[in-house]
Amino acid sequence: MNQLNRRNFLLRAGTGFSAAWVSANWPALLSAATHAYNAAKAATPPKFEFFTPEEAVEIESITARIIPTDDTPGAREAGIVYFIDRGLVTFGTEDQKTYREGLPEEQQDEVLHSFDESTPAPRRAFRARRGAQNFFDTLRQHTIAGFLIDPDFGGNHDGVGWKVIGREREHMFQAPFGYYDKDYAGWQPTAKEADKK
Amino acid sequence: MTVDQPRYKTSDEVDFVIIGSGAAGGILAKELSTNGFRVVVLEQGPYLTEADFTHNEIEILALDKLTNHPKLQPNTFRKTPNEKAKPQRALVYGRCVGGTSVHFTANFWRFHEIDFIERSKIGPIPGTTFADWPITYDELEPYYTKVEWEIGVSGLAGASPFDPPRSKPYPMPPLPVKSSGVIFERAARKLGWHPFPAPMAINSQARAGRSACINCGFCLSFGCEVGAKSSSLATAIRMAEKTGRCEIRPNSYVHRIETDANGRAIGAVYFDEKRNTHLQKAKAVVVCANGAETPRLLLLSANKQFPDGLANSSGYIGKNLMLNSGGPVFAQFEHPLNDYKGFAVSRVFHDFYELDHNKVGFYGGGGLDARFDLTPIGFAFGGLPPDTPRWGKDFKAALAQNFNRTMEIFCHGTSLPVENNSFSLDPELKDAWGLPALRLTYKDHPDDLKLSNWMYARAHELLEAAGAKRHWGFPAGESQFAVHLLGTCRMGNDPKTSVINSDHRTHDVKNLFLCDGSSLVTSGRGQPTMTIEALAFRAADRITALAKRGEISA
Repeated sequence: MNQLNRRNFLLRAGTGFSAAWVSANWPALLSAATHAYNAAKAATPPKFEFFTPEEAVEIESITARIIPTDDTPGAREAGIVYFIDRGLVTFGTEDQKTYREGLPEEQQDEVLHSFDESTPAPRRAFRARRGAQNFFDTLRQHTIAGFLIDPDFGGNHDGVGWKVIGREREHMFQAPFGYYDKDYAGWQPTAKEADKK
Repeated sequence: MTVDQPRYKTSDEVDFVIIGSGAAGGILAKELSTNGFRVVVLEQGPYLTEADFTHNEIEILALDKLTNHPKLQPNTFRKTPNEKAKPQRALVYGRCVGGTSVHFTANFWRFHEIDFIERSKIGPIPGTTFADWPITYDELEPYYTKVEWEIGVSGLAGASPFDPPRSKPYPMPPLPVKSSGVIFERAARKLGWHPFPAPMAINSQARAGRSACINCGFCLSFGCEVGAKSSSLATAIRMAEKTGRCEIRPNSYVHRIETDANGRAIGAVYFDEKRNTHLQKAKAVVVCANGAETPRLLLLSANKQFPDGLANSSGYIGKNLMLNSGGPVFAQFEHPLNDYKGFAVSRVFHDFYELDHNKVGFYGGGGLDARFDLTPIGFAFGGLPPDTPRWGKDFKAALAQNFNRTMEIFCHGTSLPVENNSFSLDPELKDAWGLPALRLTYKDHPDDLKLSNWMYARAHELLEAAGAKRHWGFPAGESQFAVHLLGTCRMGNDPKTSVINSDHRTHDVKNLFLCDGSSLVTSGRGQPTMTIEALAFRAADRITALAKRGEISA
């Protein structure tokens, strides 16, 4: 959703479709397969295919600001930098430019500074700098994707992203599903309905 | 794919060539081959099966594994015919065997009596081509029942006091209720409304060789790995193959219907996977390519006799497009709903199906449902309130707190047919095969926007009554993106204001039939697939009768 927040996209897209299709307007990012998964697991740090080691450190530190590690795992534990690196040489090649242009030294400071929680209204700085805004949006999308994708498909190492949001790892469930349906007594017609019929 | 599938030569003149294998094409293939005809189905997308379906959000949603790809088949958009259209993705549809029914939500409401006769009831509406159907609900009722029993729908007959009459109960009980459904049901009842178990084209129990839903949670946008979703792929296509008379030919991109000197269709011209061109000969052509690609194909098939598009003497091909109004309203609750488990929708109500336009000040009506249809990444992109921090510990905390505490109320409503709203051929942009791209022209009728906002207000009212911690939505905006593709080759008795007659035969070409969302005269209240499938069963009966009486061959 480069340059487009959800609200704008909703306004553009209008209606008649489901919310899932709103999110379908992502950039065609990376499939990245199992690389990130294996990489994050490996004892020896793997070789990056797109990022230089210095860039990888920068990128990882920014992803870790987007989804920090606190009392639960964050971007680092999910192996997101590997996921993005792999993606940028596979399906996400068209985003390479954004990363290269997003990383010039004079902007790095600005980008990183803007992530500082002490900086007031951090996004104001980005709006002034289009390239930085685009870089931020792209990196944010890729970080989210790497954190929350089904762990079978690279990223979300060990399912830590799903643990954080409370999505069980299974792909087969039975009712009751949640708090509000657990004591449900079953559907009953109301008297009014009986009258109307 | 079964071993029984025949392989016809393109030079074999089969009885029917069907273009498209989705909701309508699958059923026509099944019915016509079952009735003894030799059928070839040409599908532009690949033949994927359950084994190919995954829960990979990037592959499905970002890389369009099951849907039309914006790079291969780009689109343009403009609001009105005076503007030059700009390149942008303008629609999504299923591009694989089974079509959009592979990835749809599977909400399966019947249309009601009023949908077929509303123009007579309320009179003309300025700026529209609002019309009655040439058929009534009663004529379609047996075919709705056929869809429920032969394709497979779960639901509870008589549960909604607003339901139209039915000749048989549902073949399967409703799917289990979700937390979103319970919240919705309790609050709607508090407000005096009449929620009921949603009719869904998903197996609630094992039936007809297919599994019951396992509640995996990757439903809308995804193909079902266990075949519980009653897609054409899982149902009608397999039945067609079993007749031994139907060949499903995937990766076959039809771009022209060929005609002879007498103006009769002789077959369909298509690109195969290697972009070689073939002509599949047939005694009759049935186009079920969806409400965008069907008109596009007819426009691409212009010839000397029909310079404005094949069978387009009315000039109506591609016009009167209806997308259905409405959209989602979101809410967060105190306790976990875990609504990511399961299919999308478990409760719905139809109290506002037919609003009194004198009272509300606009035409229209609709239904509201309780759902959660966002997958984890999709939720992070679009399921949080707009004022949520976009990064950092508060962003992470919002994700962690709300993924399993969020639900949506989806409002579904009418669209009015407006002649300028259309799919047409872009004069400049080409697809990867060098064919003119689809151009969407659309400006919502003001009543459609008023209806959406009216329904959103009801959704907020319901969520307030439900005790939501927070609920939010967005005012209705003008559409620039199409999912429901309706009305673009409408059915009617008058050849001047319709493209097909009530037998789905084009007024202009005797052996050319169209059946899909393009056939609809009105939009219904937001759930078209059930009606498209009922029309397909009915069309198959009509076409079979015509063929048996020798009225299709010259």
